[in-house]
Amino acid sequence: MANTSALEVRNAVKVYGVKPNDVIALNDVSISVENNEFFTLLGPSGCGKTTLLRMIAGFETITQGSIRLFGENIENLPANKRPVNTVFQQYALFPHMTVLQNAAFGLTMLGKSDKEANSVAGRMLEMVQLGGFADRKPGQLSGGQQQRVALARALAPSPKLLLLDEPLSALDLKLRHSMRVELKQIQEEMGITFIFVTHDQEEALTMSDRMAVMSNGELQQIGTGKEIYEQPGNRFVADFIGETNLLSATVESVKGSHATCVIGNNTRLECVVSDAIEAGSSAHISIRPERISLAKSTVSSAGQDTLTGVVSRYVYLGTDTQCKLLLDDGTKINCRVQNAHGSTTDLAVGERASIHIDQGAARLLVN
Amino acid sequence: MAGLPSSTSAKEKPSAGVFDGIAIRLLAPSWLMIGFFLLVPVAMMLVYSFLTKEFRGGVIWEPSLAAYDQFIFDRGLFGDEPPVIEWTYITIFARSIWQAALATVLCLIIGFPTAYFIATRPANTRGVWLFLITIPYWVNLLIRTVSMKFLIRDTGPLNQFLISTGLIDSPIHIVNTNFAVQLGLFYSYLPFMVLPIYAAVERYNFALSEAAFDLYASRWTTLRKILIPVVKPGIIAGCILVFIPSLGAFLAPDLLGGAKTFMIGSLIEEQFKGSAGNWPFGAAASMILLSMVLVVLLFYARQQTRSINGAR
Repeated sequence: MANTSALEVRNAVKVYGVKPNDVIALNDVSISVENNEFFTLLGPSGCGKTTLLRMIAGFETITQGSIRLFGENIENLPANKRPVNTVFQQYALFPHMTVLQNAAFGLTMLGKSDKEANSVAGRMLEMVQLGGFADRKPGQLSGGQQQRVALARALAPSPKLLLLDEPLSALDLKLRHSMRVELKQIQEEMGITFIFVTHDQEEALTMSDRMAVMSNGELQQIGTGKEIYEQPGNRFVADFIGETNLLSATVESVKGSHATCVIGNNTRLECVVSDAIEAGSSAHISIRPERISLAKSTVSSAGQDTLTGVVSRYVYLGTDTQCKLLLDDGTKINCRVQNAHGSTTDLAVGERASIHIDQGAARLLVN
Repeated sequence: MAGLPSSTSAKEKPSAGVFDGIAIRLLAPSWLMIGFFLLVPVAMMLVYSFLTKEFRGGVIWEPSLAAYDQFIFDRGLFGDEPPVIEWTYITIFARSIWQAALATVLCLIIGFPTAYFIATRPANTRGVWLFLITIPYWVNLLIRTVSMKFLIRDTGPLNQFLISTGLIDSPIHIVNTNFAVQLGLFYSYLPFMVLPIYAAVERYNFALSEAAFDLYASRWTTLRKILIPVVKPGIIAGCILVFIPSLGAFLAPDLLGGAKTFMIGSLIEEQFKGSAGNWPFGAAASMILLSMVLVVLLFYARQQTRSINGAR
């Protein structure tokens, strides 16, 4: 792997408006994307992910900070001078041009001859399986086909970086799923670095090599899907990616990366802790629903280190069953039981159950 | 006006039900409107243009081609000499077309940036800008044209200002020139250019410009290859809405121009004014004007169908 990253954003700040009515859209965001990486910016709407993408494309100026593309500063270049192309959310295909003319546009603007531009554009259209549609106008294509044209158009000039702004959000569910696989394949075949913006965590998990979770203009966590799901850095990440149970807790003692916490009615729980925290402070514990298992409980009240409660609801979901449990101290817990072996737990609504948490599944979150 | 480019989409709806009894009854009001205010007057003009003139105005019900003959040929004072081509009216028509075309181009040059400016303001202030554009139109066209004459005459404020600044020593004669007529036409019809272009630019998806800019196009190329082609229906609508009334205009040429700037509108107007007129000749000139307008509209219709087959 090369020493220089494909993209390096350092301490990017974006402020709209003037004080005191200014809005901070991006607050000190730094990311580093490797060559050939499929990198996703993930977050709810208004988190600054699109602002960051548009800043990399050159549509937004940067208030503070720097953007480097393969070691070269590009933050002062206009969009038409950056070797970076974008796939827009609503595709933004040129309605008066044919599909081929759309795909060839970038190359023509780079001064390539019509013949060369058309032949490359034609190959790109073949790649996205639209070879037979070259002479159609975008208005005559379906949403999914327009999406592919937008992709071919952005890829034709062989950009050093391809930016994708929620490109799948306008497609229906089935198409969205097949496009995910296809996008990832194209990225691997072409060997181009992709930066993909989405608010859909499933999309992010399926395609990305790594992702950056953002919220309120700030970076929350960067990592692989597995890292982010299994070791969320804070409450926001734990809650945003997948489902989780967040329990308030008081830290009793800390030993290395483990802490003993007290939750509810004096129940002690061993947690994994990654940030520095002092004994006596209060924090939250995140436990993924699928890492909790249930067993019938015969004990009427909770002993130490065992959490018990009453099953309040069962929801059969096909591959698994969601079970809601009301603990004795009033805390609500969600758990998911796999239906892999053809049978679910034999607990019924209203019955008492004790829960068991997998080793290392309880994570203490300081923020 | 804003509906002009989009109204064609209604045509695509199936028209199978038009001949149902109910449909005919429901359509009756619009047919009556079109009949009374469009078809009947045009038919009357067509008929009148083929009748004989009555000397105190009006017509004698005797079929004749005299009106059209007079338009094209000169047969001497008593009509007994061999016919030669009469250039007077052809010149007036040619001048009118030239003036109207020039006014259209001027309106486009000023109107396009204006419309673009308004359409790119924040949505809540666009209404104010459009309102400002329409304010002068609350005053009658005649009054506005007379005011224009007052402004540009030799002793008017414009010349006085220029003399007081020392830029010129003696007043510039603007009234009674082609330039004055041009100024009048431009001023009268500018909003008809601004409004349809505004409507088109307002609907324009600026992500297209970003996409072009992203794909290495310069700002100028983006304007030329993306924005202008996409808003072309609005531009064409604006050009037609300026060209057609300019072609038949008579107020600006009458009040601001002189004998050398005589235009079709004035020619037709004179034929129906007082007892000196010639109704069949006026009707014939109108029919010739109408057929020219139809040619322009056919061109427009063709453009429209083309852009529908293409975009969207």
